[in-house]
Amino acid sequence: MGASQSGPVHMFQDLAYKTGFSIEQIKNLHNRFIYLTQAEDTLRREHLENVSDLALNPIRRQIIEAFFDKRNMGEKEKGCLQEIGFEEFVTVLSFFRPPKPHTADEEMKNIKKEKLRFLFNMHDTDNDGIITLDEYRRVVEELLSSYEIMGAETAKAITDAAMLEVASVTVGQMGPDEFYEGITFEQFMQILKDVEIETKMNIHFWNLDTRTVQCGK
Amino acid sequence: MNFENDCRFKRKLTKRGNCNTLSHQGLQDKQAEQNSVKDSYTTHNESVFQNPHHQQEENLTGLPIVTFKWHHVETPYLVIIWVFVAGLAKLSVVELNHHVISVVPESGLLIILGFILGGIVWGADRAQTFKLLPPTFFYYLLPQIILDASYFMPNKLFFSNLGAILIYAIFGTCWNAATVGLSLWGCYEAGVMGNLDIGLLQFLLFGSLIAAVDPVAVIAVFEEVHVNEVLFILVFGESLLNDGVTVVLYNVFDAFVALGGPRIDAAEIFKGIFSFVVVAFGGSFLGIGFAILLSLLTRCTKHIQIIEAGFVFVVGYLAYLTAEMLSLSAILSITFCGICCQKYVNANMDEKSVTTVRHAMKLLANGSETMIFLFLGVTAIDTEIWVWNTGFILLTLLFVFIYRIIGTFLFTWMLNKFRLVPIEVIDQVVMSYGGLRGAVAYGLAALLDEDKIPEKNLMISTTLIVVYFTVILQGITMKPLVQWLKVKRAAHSDLKLIEKLNNRAFDHILAAVEDICGRIGDNWWTRGWNRFEENYISWLLMKPKARKNRDYLFSIFHKLNLEDAINYVSEGERQGSLAFSRSDEAANVDFKKQFGSEFADVMPNIMVDMSNYELGIEHFSVTSIVKDTIPSVSLDIHGQDRKNAMDDINAHHLLQQHLYRSRKHQHRHKYSRSHFSINQNEDEVQEIFQRTMRSRLESFKSTKMGVNPAKKITKHHKKELTHKMPNGHPDGTGHLYGDEEVEGLCVFLPHLIEAGIENPVFLPDMDSPTHSPPWLMETEAVAPSQRAQRRLPWTPNRLRRLAPMRISTCSTDSFLMADVSLTLEEHEEHSQTDHVEM
Repeated sequence: MGASQSGPVHMFQDLAYKTGFSIEQIKNLHNRFIYLTQAEDTLRREHLENVSDLALNPIRRQIIEAFFDKRNMGEKEKGCLQEIGFEEFVTVLSFFRPPKPHTADEEMKNIKKEKLRFLFNMHDTDNDGIITLDEYRRVVEELLSSYEIMGAETAKAITDAAMLEVASVTVGQMGPDEFYEGITFEQFMQILKDVEIETKMNIHFWNLDTRTVQCGK
Repeated sequence: MNFENDCRFKRKLTKRGNCNTLSHQGLQDKQAEQNSVKDSYTTHNESVFQNPHHQQEENLTGLPIVTFKWHHVETPYLVIIWVFVAGLAKLSVVELNHHVISVVPESGLLIILGFILGGIVWGADRAQTFKLLPPTFFYYLLPQIILDASYFMPNKLFFSNLGAILIYAIFGTCWNAATVGLSLWGCYEAGVMGNLDIGLLQFLLFGSLIAAVDPVAVIAVFEEVHVNEVLFILVFGESLLNDGVTVVLYNVFDAFVALGGPRIDAAEIFKGIFSFVVVAFGGSFLGIGFAILLSLLTRCTKHIQIIEAGFVFVVGYLAYLTAEMLSLSAILSITFCGICCQKYVNANMDEKSVTTVRHAMKLLANGSETMIFLFLGVTAIDTEIWVWNTGFILLTLLFVFIYRIIGTFLFTWMLNKFRLVPIEVIDQVVMSYGGLRGAVAYGLAALLDEDKIPEKNLMISTTLIVVYFTVILQGITMKPLVQWLKVKRAAHSDLKLIEKLNNRAFDHILAAVEDICGRIGDNWWTRGWNRFEENYISWLLMKPKARKNRDYLFSIFHKLNLEDAINYVSEGERQGSLAFSRSDEAANVDFKKQFGSEFADVMPNIMVDMSNYELGIEHFSVTSIVKDTIPSVSLDIHGQDRKNAMDDINAHHLLQQHLYRSRKHQHRHKYSRSHFSINQNEDEVQEIFQRTMRSRLESFKSTKMGVNPAKKITKHHKKELTHKMPNGHPDGTGHLYGDEEVEGLCVFLPHLIEAGIENPVFLPDMDSPTHSPPWLMETEAVAPSQRAQRRLPWTPNRLRRLAPMRISTCSTDSFLMADVSLTLEEHEEHSQTDHVEM
């Protein structure tokens, strides 16, 4: 965070321009970042794993992983980082920024695509552009792991069923020699096209400093 | 439930009879004429109303063989006649809508039909003898509609938009009431309406009764339009809650009017506001209390499954009446009762009871909705109530319309400052245009006290006009408006499971990101509540067993499975026999196998899972492929066409002969009021088992003896089947199959035979009667082979009921199918275990 000493305001402005957050929001996020990293410059996985509320989240592994995934940083290269700086932190969070009112249709489509891409990357753990049955199974198993009663077998069955659903919708009937490799991004978009992801995958970023209402977290 | 329905209507009629002594005169006259007892009737016409038994005493001149006792049954008879008429009206309206026009919404058409019926009654009597009276409406017609609306409320959507709904319902209603009342008063003071005997308070009272958007009308119109879910829930939730609010507001103003203008001071106004809050929230909490009671009750109704469904209605109604008794808001009470109990009640009750509740609820709600609209029309044809005052009526229409728009935009503007996803302008237009007034407004207007409000009739007629205007005109224009504005419609997705999975993942992702950002947002609250609900409330209100299966995803999965099983069977039935689906199934298995083996290359460990958990795969392939494969399969079907009719007849004949005739017999004798389960006779289980065994033995023998040149051709089929059904027992059926080939059928029906092998019941389909194979002649066995079923009930989540349903396809009584299938299922389990023991 060398830049933060020299000119945090300038850096914030830069980030605000890049990510679409307002300066106040960036400042808030910066406070949070410092809080999470315990005043270190970079954020590592264990920092996030220490967030108390996250401990109960069944899919926290994937979410934390998404923060360190290079694909989400707007870079072409693939792979994982060990630690991220504030800029990366904000970039990842910007996927959850609600679109501004009166956004043009075209831009809305892009936003939607980006958000979907983020989700897709989260499921596609091995970066090969396809969510295979195996990968998806792991997701679903984790997702359902908080319900102990539902065994892993049920999770598997549900995954298989869901996968077949996707296969039947996106590919139609398969020839006898074909088999379904997994969900590609195009298919992923297709199956989620009715979900208004641009209106759902958002959280509120306050403009005000909310640390006062954080119950001492 | 029918019983309860009747009861309600009986009570309703008693009420109506009491309130409107003269009401039935006209109809009675007509009936009397028709039945030529006019002489005795007319002489006692008046006294009869006082004493219905009077007439009989006079007539007794000897032992009558048959007497005409109209007055014994008069009240229930009239009620049921009207219910019948309403049913017919609904039928005709729906048919009309279907064939002629879909422009006018049903509710509007019903009102128009009501005009006609009212005209007929009026023509006969010269007075409107049937009208919608407030007690009837509020006690016997409204509760079930509200209960239905709240019981089927999409809870998640409702609570995630609760803030907005409450703002619209409470503040929006108050805004409407105040502005309409005040503006009308202003215009009155300005002299637009001429000479009327109405004060400011009366205007406000009128404003409050006309303020509420009516859920009945709104649902009726919006359901046909299919707008997007957020818009729907906003309009729907608002209309549901603001009914409660408007009644409360009405009561407060009514009390003010009774108190009189001069005696109202600041303290009284404060008391009024306080009472508003107490009545509204008191009613809501009372409803929640009853919801808890109901949930606890359904926890322990395991042994009275037949009547447990009734509790939902009884307790719901009790919530309504109790709130009414305590002068709390009855509508809010029953609303919250329905909303809060649905989850636990559905989980606790047996699946059949849940279905019963669902259907009975829809029946009641739809029935009373029809009655309401019909009577809104009938009521209008009455010279007594019509008082015309152009200024008052037109201005009311104008203000109602305008302030609704202003109010919606105003409150939306405020809400949008806080909403993550702002409500769009188009949606706002539709919302404000969807401000339909309905029967609640009319009911409240009819409740007005003529002593306190001299212009009651003017208010009633104005209300009626507003109702007609909004329901008919706005109802008609709603659909074109929605289309023209390109309002986002509800998306229909075939992908149910993956969508739910994604939604679930979504919730967690959002919550996690909120945690990381370190702020307490909506997701934080939702999650906290969910956790609390899961740990404590579910523990208290749900059966332990139900808790296991309550997971939403799992229930979706389960529901889809059931749905598919049904589709699967009906698809088969459509073809005349299940041969079609069997062949389809074969295709599925291929698909699955294919799927599996391909994957086996990639990841061998999954292959094992696949074969173990074919439930998901195979099952879903049924859904997806039933549709897709029709073309390919239809080849067979066409080939089969000319045989089809004959086959059907044969099949029926055969099945009638061979299926257990004793079942019917036993059913009749074992009639029970408290159980559906029939046919659980030990002997019969034995018999089924024995027959099955005998048939298999016979077929085995016959194949052994019969020389079978075509056997080799089928080898690969057999293998395939054996492969498909690892649990199966290849010998018996395999050889059966050989028999088929002796008949030479496989030459032109290869597909069918391949499929038919699984289930000897259906083999005869393909035979002409003269060519019955020997094993069929000799034995009576038609029970499905062990193997055919063994696969099916294998995993609990899978097409569990499918095997028995196959048999029941032959039963002509489709209504009994579910029951039969259940019992059969048990049999099969029995016989299977027997088999294993042997």
